[in-house]
Amino acid sequence: MLGLGKKDFILLGIVAALVLLAPFILNPFPADSALAQFNAGYPDLMQRFMIFGIFAVGFNILFGLTGYLSFGHAAFLGVGSYSAVWMFKLLSMNVIPAIILSVVVAGLFALLIGFISLRRSGIYFSILTLAFAQMSFNLAYSVLTPLTNGETGLQLTLEDPRILGVSQTAAGGIPVTNLFGMEMRETTTLTLGGWAFQFNNGYYLCGALLLLAFYISIRIFRSPFGLMLRAVKSNQTRLNYTGLNTKPYTLAAFVISGMYAGLAGGLLASMDPLAGAERMQWTASGEVVLMTILGGAGTLIGPVLGAGFIKYFENIFSKINDNVLHSWFHILPDSIENAVIWVVEHFVGSGWHLTLGLLFMLVVTFLPGGLVQGGQKIGRLFRRRDAAAKATQSTPAE
Amino acid sequence: MDAIILQILNGLDKGSAYALIALGLTLIFGTLGVVNFAHGALFMIGAFCAVTLNKILNLSFETLDPTRTDFLGNPLKVKTPYVESWFGPDVGAAIIDWSVPLAILFSIPVMIAIGFIMERGLIKHFYRRPHADQILVTFGLAIVLQELIKHYFGANQIATPAPDAFRGSFDFGAMLGLDPNVIIYPYWRLVYFAFAAVIIGGVFAFLQFTTFGMVVRAGMADRETVGLLGINIDRRFTIMFGIAAAVAGMAGVMYAPINSPNYHMGMDFLVLSFVVVVVGGMGSLPGAVLAGFLLGVLESFASMNAIKSLIPGIDQIIIYVAAIIILLMRPRGLMGRKGVMED
Repeated sequence: MLGLGKKDFILLGIVAALVLLAPFILNPFPADSALAQFNAGYPDLMQRFMIFGIFAVGFNILFGLTGYLSFGHAAFLGVGSYSAVWMFKLLSMNVIPAIILSVVVAGLFALLIGFISLRRSGIYFSILTLAFAQMSFNLAYSVLTPLTNGETGLQLTLEDPRILGVSQTAAGGIPVTNLFGMEMRETTTLTLGGWAFQFNNGYYLCGALLLLAFYISIRIFRSPFGLMLRAVKSNQTRLNYTGLNTKPYTLAAFVISGMYAGLAGGLLASMDPLAGAERMQWTASGEVVLMTILGGAGTLIGPVLGAGFIKYFENIFSKINDNVLHSWFHILPDSIENAVIWVVEHFVGSGWHLTLGLLFMLVVTFLPGGLVQGGQKIGRLFRRRDAAAKATQSTPAE
Repeated sequence: MDAIILQILNGLDKGSAYALIALGLTLIFGTLGVVNFAHGALFMIGAFCAVTLNKILNLSFETLDPTRTDFLGNPLKVKTPYVESWFGPDVGAAIIDWSVPLAILFSIPVMIAIGFIMERGLIKHFYRRPHADQILVTFGLAIVLQELIKHYFGANQIATPAPDAFRGSFDFGAMLGLDPNVIIYPYWRLVYFAFAAVIIGGVFAFLQFTTFGMVVRAGMADRETVGLLGINIDRRFTIMFGIAAAVAGMAGVMYAPINSPNYHMGMDFLVLSFVVVVVGGMGSLPGAVLAGFLLGVLESFASMNAIKSLIPGIDQIIIYVAAIIILLMRPRGLMGRKGVMED
């Protein structure tokens, strides 16, 4: 169906179901319970899951298929954000033209950078892309201030022309981003007992685009073009010796993944219309690499999982503070409580980066294939156990 | 003319830092074949060795001085560092004053130990893994080290002064017979440059003129053959990792007075050092040093006002522009060897 094999169609279906039901799934605890801080079902975070999912899926098309490790993908995200905000400033608050422009601009930018960087491979390629991204970042901060508004970041103002829209609303405020009148920030809350489920327009737009992005990525993975990219990864020299020019293929992959990043940037700006240069910094590029590897590079679902995982823990872990810890461990005797809290507080709150670093080392060391490989390992464990001893009851590993 | 000399001087001390870090990176890459993203963190830890030693030397006890009173009329509390009470006030004060140079002695064993632990505990398992995995695991390690330092020393910069004798600057122009007060140059930066030159020379001499260095060079060229000759090349490479860590650490110690250490200084240097290594050519030690100084000098020239008004913003991007041009003109960097990092 839809030109997909049965397995892929089921995978797409699962992702679609997850996206649709995310406001329920991510909100398992009642709003006033102590565990409510583990809920991730609020619009801002859910939008981020989707947006960074798109970003990582795009990055995976380049890194997972061709093996070219780009350290400058955040530049495309930043460019996308800037173009979207300019569209909001100049044309209208409708997100469609903004997203289209951000994808196109990011694609052109990727074409330029890719054309130059892809003349080299290996670490030379990584450093070239890193150099371009850092250049864009530094320029956005300094000389390009008229375009980017420097350190403050590009924001909407009441004086913007907005040819097809209004400069300011009747109430005198800045108009909000919308899709043909449907406001992006509008959220419907459904209260069921103690639970409050939030359904946000912007989230569903991001979700729809994630599904589209995911679908395209499956098609690319299964196409002759995708096979060619895998061939580049496994042995580029041999391809060259057979008389094949690999450059158009790698360049196409680079541009496609740049456009994905531009789409993610445009969506970020559509959800919250401002753009800052820090989105282009090399740490942001590093983050998407982390997401892809953590989830599993070269797999279809991996990048989405990785993006969700990192964004979830970043938000939840960094919110936990001393008071929360004390309320968790107050059953323990005081001395033990303090000792436990002393240990735990290194890893939560502002210490979240420490957890990220450790997690990262553990995943790369023990699960080079990322979460997907971990899932497969657990799955295989069960199957073997089932086959070996059907009579014995196996206990779930989680 | 004087402006040019001044910029070359300015470039030299930044270039020295780049060259020292890039040298360590290349040593690790050339011997072990590992791309070490935690090298910037080693530089940062070195700088914090200086901070730690300074704090240790300043540990003091309080005594009440009945002869003097504070503004409330109570006897004044006087803090005396332990070193001053042990060695007498003059020698003690001198020791505290010279804490940064002393920290070099302190940092060498610390850094070598850290290097050994890193290599044996973590990096050993990554020799046969793809470069992407090595980059990622060392990147994770760098984050961990950085966060630990942040936790114990705080997020703010910690001023670590140079010894009194080297504080202030001298008139370099007058020495060359130019007009006085044109080229003013801080003493410590000159010390840094001289120090870097000594370290770089030392590493090269060690590799070139000792038997150990000869074996290491042979191992860099063809690891398997050296192994077949019955030499335990792995142990020597581990020692080289320790030396590379010590070089990065010493570079950090000496850099502390120039730029007060903070926990993310390593990351700031790391990106540039990688650009330097790649421009010099992966695996080439002279290339790393040459590219370090070249990019340092280029950077300081680009920050001249005359050039900045000609091409606005050039000072921000010159290193990257230079890197792009060099990599496109010379695919393996300035002095890269064939067959390194090309799979």
